[in-house]
Amino acid sequence: MSDYHFHWAMALRDLPALLQGSLVTLQLTILSMVIGVAVSVPLAVMRWQGSGIWSAVAGGWVDIARNTPVLLQVYAVYFGLGAYGLNVSSYMATLLAISFNNIGYLIEVFRGGLASVPRYQYISGRALGMSATQAYAWIVWPQLLRIVFYSVMTQMVWAMLNTSLGLLIGLRELAGAAQQAQSVNYRTLETFTMAAVLYYLMAKLLILGAERLYTRLYGRR
Amino acid sequence: MIEIRNVRKSFGETTILDGISLDVHQGELLCLIGGSGSGKSTLLQCINGLEPIQGGEIHVDGVDIRSKSVSINHLRRKIGMVFQQYEAFPHLTALENVALAPRVVARVPRRQALEDAHRHLAHVGLGDKAASYPRNLSGGQQQRLAIARALAMEPRYMLFDEVTSALDPELVAEVLDTMRTLKREGMTMVVVTHDMDFVRESADRVAFLSKGTICEIGSVQQVMLDPQTDIVRKFLSRRSSS
Repeated sequence: MSDYHFHWAMALRDLPALLQGSLVTLQLTILSMVIGVAVSVPLAVMRWQGSGIWSAVAGGWVDIARNTPVLLQVYAVYFGLGAYGLNVSSYMATLLAISFNNIGYLIEVFRGGLASVPRYQYISGRALGMSATQAYAWIVWPQLLRIVFYSVMTQMVWAMLNTSLGLLIGLRELAGAAQQAQSVNYRTLETFTMAAVLYYLMAKLLILGAERLYTRLYGRR
Repeated sequence: MIEIRNVRKSFGETTILDGISLDVHQGELLCLIGGSGSGKSTLLQCINGLEPIQGGEIHVDGVDIRSKSVSINHLRRKIGMVFQQYEAFPHLTALENVALAPRVVARVPRRQALEDAHRHLAHVGLGDKAASYPRNLSGGQQQRLAIARALAMEPRYMLFDEVTSALDPELVAEVLDTMRTLKREGMTMVVVTHDMDFVRESADRVAFLSKGTICEIGSVQQVMLDPQTDIVRKFLSRRSSS
């Protein structure tokens, strides 16, 4: 048996600080996803159409974002930009790095979605006199969003868990808040367990919310 | 009137249309026939600018389709098109399928567009399917839905690109019936088809394409019953024996 004696009462005193950190985590998650979607959608369209400079940029982005550790992406923004005299806060660095990572994955998600909507759907819209933008907006995207919905949600949970890397550059998001708290209360296991439970609950909350939204938009799966 | 003059089209090194000239007169049903790869479907897609042409000219009601001053999107409202693939929009009901383009492109108010859509669905015999999603419609019904959707833009011309080729045999008749109805009502139609019975019975004129050129063009009598070239004779005898 373990010799460790749990002292929850002591750790629980730091719960408010952890909840405070959870808010930062949620905020980073949502912002990094908003940026991720906003940037990856046009890049996915370029990449899907398959030529030109922006297609190459998208291809390179996917390649780098998905084949290097997220931790190093966080360091690259925090220390890398700093080396060029652009000092960013740990909050901003985490946001940019997680957004960068999100964009890389989401480009591929949206590109796959675009490829799975039959081309004649778009052509039919154009044949009816729609502009390219109208055909995308009214015909392609509504179908595509349904296809990619769960992949985007998975990425969102992934992004939330990845924001914990902010701890390594001194950010007080949930993991950072736990790290800080346990260095004072010495209840390491209890404090990190609480953080893990909070991460778990937030992930479940995001998934539950997504499922309800999906059912509302599209009916049962 | 649609005037096609010396149209050339190629994909890379491959020439698809090699100098096609052709007029489509108001109120006529013109059938384009020929083997696969003869360029007939491509010609259809050039007429409404879905495929760019590399040479020649196409005028629709006197307007050059490549004109910079007239938007191709505006021109396409005059030219309805139905494809071989069932391309009903799966995320919309039959009614919404028909009402979408009038609302988005022609900016018809929603209520008006839905009212009109009911009328167009009834026109193609789908009056009782307004609330159905495409996945609950047969192939023939989906093709009729596609026709109603094109008609909703009140086009002057209708282009049909092998619209019965992907259908189960027992569903072909209902789609052809709908096309005959349009012809009776005076719609100008260009029909790419392999259905020689339909051509014989409904076409005002027939054009036979081979390797991107028009081999023969004329009335059904001329082209189908008294072909002048070997290639057309061979094509027709193969078709009638099968």
